[in-house]
Order: sequence, then C-alpha cells, then structure tokens
Amino acid sequence: MNRPSRRDKTLWQIFALPLLAAIASLVGLVAALLGDGWLNLLAWIGLAVPVWLVGRAMMCDPER
Amino acid sequence: MKQNTLRVWSAVHTWTSLICTAFMLMLCLTGLPLIFHDEIEALLDDHAWQPANPDGPLLSLDAMLAAAYANRPGEVPLFMSFDTDRPVVNVTSGPTPDAASGDMHFASFDRTSGALVPAHDDGGVMHFLLQLHTDMFLGLPGMLFLGAMGLLLVAAIVSGVVLYAPFMRKLDFGTLRTHRSRRLKWLDYHNLLGIVTVAWLVVVGLTGVVNTLANPIVDAWRNQSLADLTAGYQGATVPTPAEMASLDAAVAQAIKAAPDMTLQFVAFPGGSWSTDYHYAIFLHGNTPLTSHIITPALVDARTGAFADMREMPWYNKALALSGPLHFGDYGGLPLKILWAVLDVLTIIVLVTGLYLWAVRRRTAPRDDRTPLAATGERA
Repeated sequence: MNRPSRRDKTLWQIFALPLLAAIASLVGLVAALLGDGWLNLLAWIGLAVPVWLVGRAMMCDPER
Repeated sequence: MKQNTLRVWSAVHTWTSLICTAFMLMLCLTGLPLIFHDEIEALLDDHAWQPANPDGPLLSLDAMLAAAYANRPGEVPLFMSFDTDRPVVNVTSGPTPDAASGDMHFASFDRTSGALVPAHDDGGVMHFLLQLHTDMFLGLPGMLFLGAMGLLLVAAIVSGVVLYAPFMRKLDFGTLRTHRSRRLKWLDYHNLLGIVTVAWLVVVGLTGVVNTLANPIVDAWRNQSLADLTAGYQGATVPTPAEMASLDAAVAQAIKAAPDMTLQFVAFPGGSWSTDYHYAIFLHGNTPLTSHIITPALVDARTGAFADMREMPWYNKALALSGPLHFGDYGGLPLKILWAVLDVLTIIVLVTGLYLWAVRRRTAPRDDRTPLAATGERA
C-alpha cells in the first residue's frame, strides 16, 4: 500500500472500497436467503469480501 | 465538514458507543458459540441413540401427548415440534397454558416407542448463553433493553461512518500504521475493521432489535389477526388436556388445507402462539425463502372443527426473516464461519474503541479531542 499522499482524497476515493465491502456483504446476506447451491456460494464470496479486505491490508503493511 | 459539526458527530459516536459497548461485548461473546449451536449440540448428542423400532410404524401424535403427560403429570402441553432428521417429537409443557418461559419443560420422545429421548447434555451451558444473549435473565424488560442497546449501536455505526471520512482524508484505504504508536495502530485497526463490517453489523444489529420485539409482535398478531376467531367463545375456558379433541385429526386437516407446505410445530390453546380455544398448527413453505415463513391453521381444540388457515401479517414475516439474518444459520457451515470471523472483527472494534477513548481521555487536552486533531498526528 502506498504511503499517505499530501493531497486530500475525495469522498469517492475514501469510500470506494468500503462501499464495495458493504454491497458485497448485502448481496451475500440476501443471496443465501433466496436459495441454496450457487446462491450459497455467492453468499460466502460476498461476506468474504470484508474479511479479504482486512487480510489484504494486514499483508500490505508497509511498515512491517 | 465544519469543525463544530465534526465535534457533534464525534460526541455522538463517543457516547452512543460508550453506553452500548459493555452489552455489545457480552452479545458478541455469547453469540460466538451460539452461531455453532447446531454443531455443538450434534457433538454432545448421544450418538448411540437409536429409535426403538427403526422400521416400525410411527405412533400417533395423541400417543406422543399421552407419553408427555405421563412424563410430566399435572402439566399441560404448550408446544409440539418435530425433529427433521430422526423420528422424534418434542413436547414443551408447563404448569399452566400461559406459563412463562422459565417454567416450561422441554422433552423429546421416540415416535416409534413413546420412550423419552435423552437430552443434549452440555450442563445447560448453551441454554445459559442463549438466555444471557436474549434477555440477560430479565424477561421482556431485558429483551427490550437489549433492543435499545441495538439502536444505540446503529447510531454508533452511522456516526462512525461520518467520522471515517475526515480520518482517512490523507490515508489510503487499509493503511495500518503499526510502528508509530500503540494508539495510532489501534486507531487504524478500529477504522479499518469498523468500516468493512458496517453492512453486516447493521443487518445483524437491526435484525437483533426486531428479535427483541418478538413478544409484542406475537401478542399483536394474536390480538389483531385472530380476534375474530374467538368471537363466539365468550366465557369459555381454555380446554384441559382431557377436553381436547384428537391432535392427529386436527393436524390432518391442516395438512389437507395446505398440501404444499410442511408441518413445523403445534401451539396449544391458551399460550401466546394461539387463541385460548384453538390448536394453532404452523406449516412452512418448501422453497429456501418461504421455508422461513410460517402460516397457521387454526382448529377448534374441543370440537376438532377446522376454523381457518391464514397468512401471518407483515410484522410477523419481518420477525421470521430476522431470525436467520441475525443467527447466520441459513447458508451452510461456511456462512457460519464467516459470521464468526465478522463477530470477532466486531469484538476488536469494540475493544479498540474503548481503548482509544481511554487513552484520548488520559492524554488529550480538553479542546483537542476531535478527529481532525487526530489526523494531524499522521506525519
């Protein structure tokens, strides 16, 4: 991950990945409710997105 | 955002969080094993147990009720439910038809012999955790109190999202400054874990709030949707077990009225899930979505006459769907594992939030507590 830049980020830049986590989570939460099989798979992938974003941040730690 | 506006959001975040944190920690910690209660109970199950006559015919429901009366003399039946993976009928009984949940007794019976099935033996640990998680052993006031804490949690999440922007103005998503100071490290973890769990935690929080309203919701349904069914019964008493008509005949009528549905449980007259005079025989749909939605057929418990089958109102359906969305038990074991991971991330957010509040209080001068001041420490 890059070092903090001097320029202020826009709201879009700040919230793009949080929005991805939220949408993926909600799609996942609803998917498993609507059916089994591939919809369960979609639910697992959707709710894995927030967990994956955390893992990615921990792996990319520039100060480690 | 103006400094003053920010200060207000910061105060909202601090105080809504502080008030609910202890209860949320309790809910997250007790909720963790509860996610896996099916798996835990299966482990504790007596695997040696077999039905007495695996290939024999199933006994009638009336025979199962007789076995339940013999097991708990003097008590009345409250609910009957059915295991899906073995020929076992569960009967909840109590001293009176409107017994409080603490006075209820749950027992399982072999439907091929009428014999008592040994209960899951975990020393009551799971029951204790569930009770703590549901109402802290305080009944309805405890449930409603935890519901209010859930609303505070949602306020804390919303204010946290608002505060996230000024904190992250100069930082890339996912930045973890682990080697500057302990405070910065936990601040970054708090922000990252908090922001990625927002959607999941809002859903689990709000469905938890809906679940705390279960009693008022069921009461409203009983008083509004079933009121017309009791019109002709003025002055009648709740039928005693001896006065009750055949349960098998009643269930057969319910199944005939809804051949494309599956029997889930029976609520006996006089309890909160039926009128004072009817068996309420609940059936559920057979698609993944409709399997969560239950619909009762009402049968006069004295005469055995079929009264009506009626869909439950929207607020009961909302309650029904709030169950799986809160428990995470509707998408297989992988979903439960993700539920547990997100629960642990939430615990970290709660603990780091408490830590950040404590160190900020100790170190910051009074006028230097806003998040803008905090971002100033980034360089």
